[in-house]
Amino acid sequence: MSASLAAPAAAKGAWLEGWLAQLPAACGELAPVQERGRQALRQTAIPSARHEDWRFTDLSLLQTLPLAPAAAATAALPAPEAGAFRLHWNGGSDPLAGHALPAGLQRLSAGEIAQGLGHTLAAAGCQQHWPVELNHAAAEHVLALRVTSRSQVSLELVSAAAEGLQALRLLLLLEEKAELDLSQLVEAQAAGLHSLVVEVHLARGARLSHGLVALGQADAALMANMAIEQEPESNAQLSSITSGWGLARLEPRAVQVDGAAHTTLRGLQLVDGQRIADTHSFVEFKGPEGQLDQLHKAVAAGQGRSVFNGAVRVPRAAQRTNAAQLSRSLLLSDRARIDTKPELEIVADDVKCAHGATVSSLQTDELFYLQSRGIGADQAAGLLQRAFCEEVLRDLPAAARSWCSLERLLEVAA
Amino acid sequence: MIRPDAPVLLEIRDLHARVEDKAILKGVNLTIRAGEIHAVMGRNGSGKSTLSKVLAGHPAYTVTGGSVTYRGENLLELDPEQRARIGVFLGFQYPVEIPGVSNLEFLRVSTNARRAEKGEEELDTFAFEDLVRERLKVVQMDPAFLDRSVNEGFSGGEKKRNEILQMALLEPLVAILDETDSGLDIDALRIVAGGVNQLANADNATLLITHYQRLLDAITPDYVHVMAAGRILRTGGKELALELEQRGYDWVDQELAALAAEVA
Ligand SMILES: Nc1ncnc2c1ncn2[C@@H]1O[C@H](COP(=O)(O)OP(=O)(O)OP(=O)(O)O)[C@@H](O)[C@H]1O
Ligand SMILES: [Mg+2]
Repeated sequence: MSASLAAPAAAKGAWLEGWLAQLPAACGELAPVQERGRQALRQTAIPSARHEDWRFTDLSLLQTLPLAPAAAATAALPAPEAGAFRLHWNGGSDPLAGHALPAGLQRLSAGEIAQGLGHTLAAAGCQQHWPVELNHAAAEHVLALRVTSRSQVSLELVSAAAEGLQALRLLLLLEEKAELDLSQLVEAQAAGLHSLVVEVHLARGARLSHGLVALGQADAALMANMAIEQEPESNAQLSSITSGWGLARLEPRAVQVDGAAHTTLRGLQLVDGQRIADTHSFVEFKGPEGQLDQLHKAVAAGQGRSVFNGAVRVPRAAQRTNAAQLSRSLLLSDRARIDTKPELEIVADDVKCAHGATVSSLQTDELFYLQSRGIGADQAAGLLQRAFCEEVLRDLPAAARSWCSLERLLEVAA
Repeated sequence: MIRPDAPVLLEIRDLHARVEDKAILKGVNLTIRAGEIHAVMGRNGSGKSTLSKVLAGHPAYTVTGGSVTYRGENLLELDPEQRARIGVFLGFQYPVEIPGVSNLEFLRVSTNARRAEKGEEELDTFAFEDLVRERLKVVQMDPAFLDRSVNEGFSGGEKKRNEILQMALLEPLVAILDETDSGLDIDALRIVAGGVNQLANADNATLLITHYQRLLDAITPDYVHVMAAGRILRTGGKELALELEQRGYDWVDQELAALAAEVA
């Protein structure tokens, strides 16, 4: 841990001390992890503007949030897609109880959990990140599953919560050539803090499409870390859609352990009012011939604030890497703020790394063209916004796609 | 078709407009009655597109004087969308590409906006598909264009056909077609002109902005106007276009100079 993180007493935050003090003693399968997380939170400062990675992201909302464990709530969702397996999961009780798992999906044993838990977080370099330690401190269970070799599974995880703290921890192992479509909903229906940590290990030739739809509200915060470790020839797509959170921090992280894999990252964040959404992504190629295709989009209205930081690390071993990163932001108000920054660290010489960032507002000529055909100004703006978002939405796994109509996203955002 | 007793659809009186600080329209007068076809010609930069955009309500142009009355109503105080809904249509010289917005949905939403204004029921996706398939025939357009984004990657000629398809769906009372003939090949010109003729009737009117006689060979205008330096300098019948084709615009400069001398 770097010296700069040593905590002056004040920066630790009375709210955090208070919360830690009243937590029940660590227990259950995650007891050692809980101990560790609580210890870490006691010893480190809450991230603030003084930390480079948190420069634009003010965490003061957290101190106002209710942190008692949240009760599950019901999400208004269409019926599961045909052939998909849907689990309601609030981090507390075992979501698999009473379910027969579909073919190709298995529960990990206690031994496998002990061995696998934290492995990918460490590989992706985020096991000590503050949001991860927060999850460590709070999560009582881990949902740990394997997709067996050559099976194809379509899984839906639905986590809607009432007031309070929802801490979700997910561990997935995809065996060789296993395929998983994972649609995940995290929804705050009242004030609270939602913590999500996902670890996925993809064996050779495995394919993952993960779509996170996270719908919040102004007095709710989301801290999400999604870490994946990819063996060669695997294909992973991480997509996240966030709207409505007073504060959302997402850290999608992918490591290609030997290169030669394909990583696709998609992000869409909508901010309005005083809300903040911050995505810090990280991709590392530890071997040659890896590919990255990344598109991050933001729509900022009101006094909303959107932050994107895209780190890509291409060390000497990663020759012939082909990486493309694009950040596109739509600025709908002159009081909204967008901070976007690529962070390419390229040591290998024979690589293609393209990156670009654009910030634009709605085009007058496009609006006028639509209006000149009788479409009202608001509806025209809506069509253009949807067109902007569609590029990310269309790549979501089917179920996740069906959960986030633009109408819903905008309704939540405002 | 000229009928002196036909109702006036559009009455433009001494219209002045500027863009930023530049005065462009400097006193346009024009009266359009039901059943008429008007052609506006004139040099590049004379203000033809500006006139069309001012009529459609483009926010970049500011009206600084004069009036425009559409069927007795002050057109200039209406939003662009309201002008379209009550039957004013602008076929763009440069149709705008809108990536990500489906052409089919765009056409449906706009058609329904116009229908609602006329008190007609909204068409659901199925009913609209039927209607659009029928109207595609007016411009002999491939239905595949419906599945693409609005004008995105359309060739110049395809964009112009898409404009006339929109006109066929919206059934305007006053259609202003700004250089709809530019970018069309010979066959497409014939098809598009045929479409415009098919849509013209005794109750509506068309204002064609064009540089070339070949469009007016296919669509016979009742009036031809020559625009210069932001106003209509001369009005005549279809023979005026033929005269322009032969004489060019040099005489326009002389008339403008004479006008300027008069004022001085
Ligand atoms: N948005 C604008 N900003 C600056 N100048 C403009 C703008 N729109 C029009 N103009 C200027 O106004 C004048 C008239 O332009 P307009 O497009 O109306 O001409 P036009 O008669 O349609 O020409 P063309 O035959 O080439 O289409 C031109 O000098 C043009 O440069
Ligand atoms: Mg023009």
